[in-house]
Amino acid sequence: MREPLIFEKSRPGRRGCSLPACDVDKENLKKLIPKKYLRQGGLGLPHVSEPDVVRHFVRLSQQNMGVDTNFYPLGSCTMKYNPKINEDIANLPGFTRVHPYQPQVSVQGTLQLLYDMEKLLCEISGMDRVSLQPAAGAHGELTSLMMIKVYYEDKKEQRDTVLVPDSAHGTNPASSGLCGFRVIEVKSNQDGEIDLDDLKDKMSERVAVLMLTIPNTLGLFERNILEIAEIVHHRGGFLYLDGANLNALLGIVRPSDLGIDIMHLNLHKTFSTPHGGGGPGSGPLGAKEKLAPYLPLPMVEKDKKGYYLDYNRAKSIGKVRSFYGNIEVIIKAYCYLRSLGKKGLKKISHNAVLNANYLMERLKNYFYLPYDQPCMHEFVLSGVEGKMKDVRTLDIAKRLLDFGFHPPTIYFPLIVKEALMIEPTETESKETLDAFVSSMIQIRKEIDEDPSLVKQAPHNLSIGRLDEVKAAKELKLRWKEKKSGD
Amino acid sequence: MIPYISNTEEDQKEMLKEIGARSIEDLFDSIPQNLRLKIDLNLPSSLSEMELVNELKGLSGKNAHLDEYVSFLGAGSYDHFIPSLVDHLSSRSEFYTSYTPYQAEASQGMLQATYEYQSLICELFKMDVCNASLYEGATALVEAAVLAHRINHGRKVLLAKSLHPEYRQVLTTYIKKTLGLSIIEVDYENGVTDLAQLKERISNDTCCVVIQNPNFFGCLEKVNQIEEITHQAGSLYIVSVDPISLGILIPPGEYNADIAMGEGQALGGKLNFGGPCLGIFTAKKEFLRKMPGRIVGETTDKGGRRGFVLTLQTREQHIRRERATSNICTNQALNALRAAIYLSTLGEKGLAKVAHLCLQKSHYAAKRIYQIPGFEPTFRSPFFKEFAVRCPVSPGKINKLLWDNKILGGFDLGRFYPELENSLLFSVTEKRTGEEIDKLTLLLEDMV
Repeated sequence: MREPLIFEKSRPGRRGCSLPACDVDKENLKKLIPKKYLRQGGLGLPHVSEPDVVRHFVRLSQQNMGVDTNFYPLGSCTMKYNPKINEDIANLPGFTRVHPYQPQVSVQGTLQLLYDMEKLLCEISGMDRVSLQPAAGAHGELTSLMMIKVYYEDKKEQRDTVLVPDSAHGTNPASSGLCGFRVIEVKSNQDGEIDLDDLKDKMSERVAVLMLTIPNTLGLFERNILEIAEIVHHRGGFLYLDGANLNALLGIVRPSDLGIDIMHLNLHKTFSTPHGGGGPGSGPLGAKEKLAPYLPLPMVEKDKKGYYLDYNRAKSIGKVRSFYGNIEVIIKAYCYLRSLGKKGLKKISHNAVLNANYLMERLKNYFYLPYDQPCMHEFVLSGVEGKMKDVRTLDIAKRLLDFGFHPPTIYFPLIVKEALMIEPTETESKETLDAFVSSMIQIRKEIDEDPSLVKQAPHNLSIGRLDEVKAAKELKLRWKEKKSGD
Repeated sequence: MIPYISNTEEDQKEMLKEIGARSIEDLFDSIPQNLRLKIDLNLPSSLSEMELVNELKGLSGKNAHLDEYVSFLGAGSYDHFIPSLVDHLSSRSEFYTSYTPYQAEASQGMLQATYEYQSLICELFKMDVCNASLYEGATALVEAAVLAHRINHGRKVLLAKSLHPEYRQVLTTYIKKTLGLSIIEVDYENGVTDLAQLKERISNDTCCVVIQNPNFFGCLEKVNQIEEITHQAGSLYIVSVDPISLGILIPPGEYNADIAMGEGQALGGKLNFGGPCLGIFTAKKEFLRKMPGRIVGETTDKGGRRGFVLTLQTREQHIRRERATSNICTNQALNALRAAIYLSTLGEKGLAKVAHLCLQKSHYAAKRIYQIPGFEPTFRSPFFKEFAVRCPVSPGKINKLLWDNKILGGFDLGRFYPELENSLLFSVTEKRTGEEIDKLTLLLEDMV
């Protein structure tokens, strides 16, 4: 049964919360606020009882798949298990009940954690400094591009171009566009890696930065990375690493050793903090020596008296958000890193890569694998090859829901037709992977024997396939009270 | 042993056999040897769950927190009451362990809750459309200015000096470094935007006028007059609002704001030393197709049942790439969910009552403090839950004394406004009791 909207449960007279009476001398409202500034009419909020609210949102939660309920092999999103103890720790009042403007001496615990976290991320990435402020990967990207822009202004160099591979995440060109850069795509070669000749052609003194993802979005390591770095650096450009796929490389490769100058990490991917249905995330931004002075304000520093927020950084681009970052998320990621330690970190990447290769090996006889070589933490299948009887990748994804699996990322990267991008992560068991493979094989059979079963999916959920075209055409983006006569 | 990994050695062997590899290291063959780390990273050793808890409790114990101190500090981050339901319901792990709802049929819970969030905010703000959230208030303001520029291509942004200083700093960073627009600040007079100066500084290439209401000083801006001046010049009107204040104050849709945004932390969000927060973003419907961020829309399945999907995605980065309306991907969905639960729980009557309590208690506090010889109102404009006090003693001294008495004092306005160096900005939410306010005033009396 579908759950009504909270507004549809409203009955005037119901209350969901008790509040205390006013315990100070009250003034006449009109004496305090001129009438023209007062709200006339209602707030438009529902009248619901406490049990109404509870049942409503619990029912909604039951119509949502999460990592805790289902295998969620969403490529490039690293949907790994989110350790519960980290939630508990981030919820300690000593962390949650601190105000961003309370005296710094009274919040030494959080400042120390932020200071130590920067050091851990510096060690993992090889960057010289890391700002923990960006709220998400894309926020880190945009921050870095502003830094690079200012760097070249300081150098009096005119560089107006950003290079991105054709397999890049959409945020790379979007951040570049927003920052006023011209975006030029670099082609991938037949092995799915950067085409060096194309890169050489497009690299010039106008290029500020090449934004790379390693492993790339096909799940492949850029084997020519040192040459790539040389091409870019030789012409005075920077190499940016989109750290979304770092789960493959922890403790195995350090980005600084690849020639990376600046990069973001996704704490909500690699470092296990929950995605929250879309956020909050955290996208710390690391930079090598040349760019580090431009990192946003403030940084956390330490002196004899203790930890403090340092605003005294002449070259910084300034502030990029209010306060200091998504602290709660950073605390969870810090807990994760401390739990794993140096040995554990490597095991994460080992098992992430093992799980991906195992799935790929088992699936490649049933679905077309355009880049048939060992993968890193993820791989990309194509749903179009062979006689698929008009069944599209979208249909395969929807049919997977019937088997209790969240589908992989679909139609990305753009360079693979009908792409199915699969990232199992290290936290899934072999039994889960095997069950997923069985379902995929079953779907492959259905495509041949009863394609309409796949094309009409899902069949077993509380809702059938939703009409996205209608949503975009009719544009009902909010509930509205029906007026009498409607 | 890592409890988060399920593979046993036996599993690993079987899997390697299936793959046809001898060892896990073989799977990394595509990484040239010379690029691999030869030694272990210099990181601390792993901690068991018990050790981790001990260590982190030690760290959290080094913070003084607001269960121990009574807070009169706001300035953009507020200690409002959070009903128990908000934590309980937003902790449902079906919600918090899910990703952005790309697969609508598997994500109806989050999508419907987000649709409800959009609806609740539209009602409260009396605006046409609301997106599914942005990072926080200051970056939401940046997106608002970017949208305004995209609409009218104006080259100048007029910024009220009574707007949160950190918002002004953030906007300056972005607007100068991305769009290259110029920023002109408008002074305040008696705590609110100086209308004469606004008139003087606005021109036909002004992209937008940005104010905050209630503003950083807690004062109520002359929203109708500013609207008139702004629209007469052909500029767009951007207002940053405190959503709690809308329980009692005129909503931005009713004074013709083009874009209304704000920090939504007050709606069921924790302080968390300033993050995560919730960037609320609303606009008039004619700007919908240029709006940043995700938007949830209603539709049906083939059986005609109502359902929800992400819509208008052609604006977004994963489709439009360098021509996207924004680069945002990860947003603050869980904080939006908390806001939806908060607004549903408090409901029509509850939010109005919270706003009334804030108003009455802050005015009671102000009256008491202003009665103390030497303590004077910095401004004499109407205010909602925050007010500035000119003090006879340095704010640092006052806050030190308050702190020693387990009170977190007001915000020292001198930090951002040199001309207000002896003023403290106090914030009084519904959580403060008459007794706590009386204690505050008694301590201040002792200062003189």
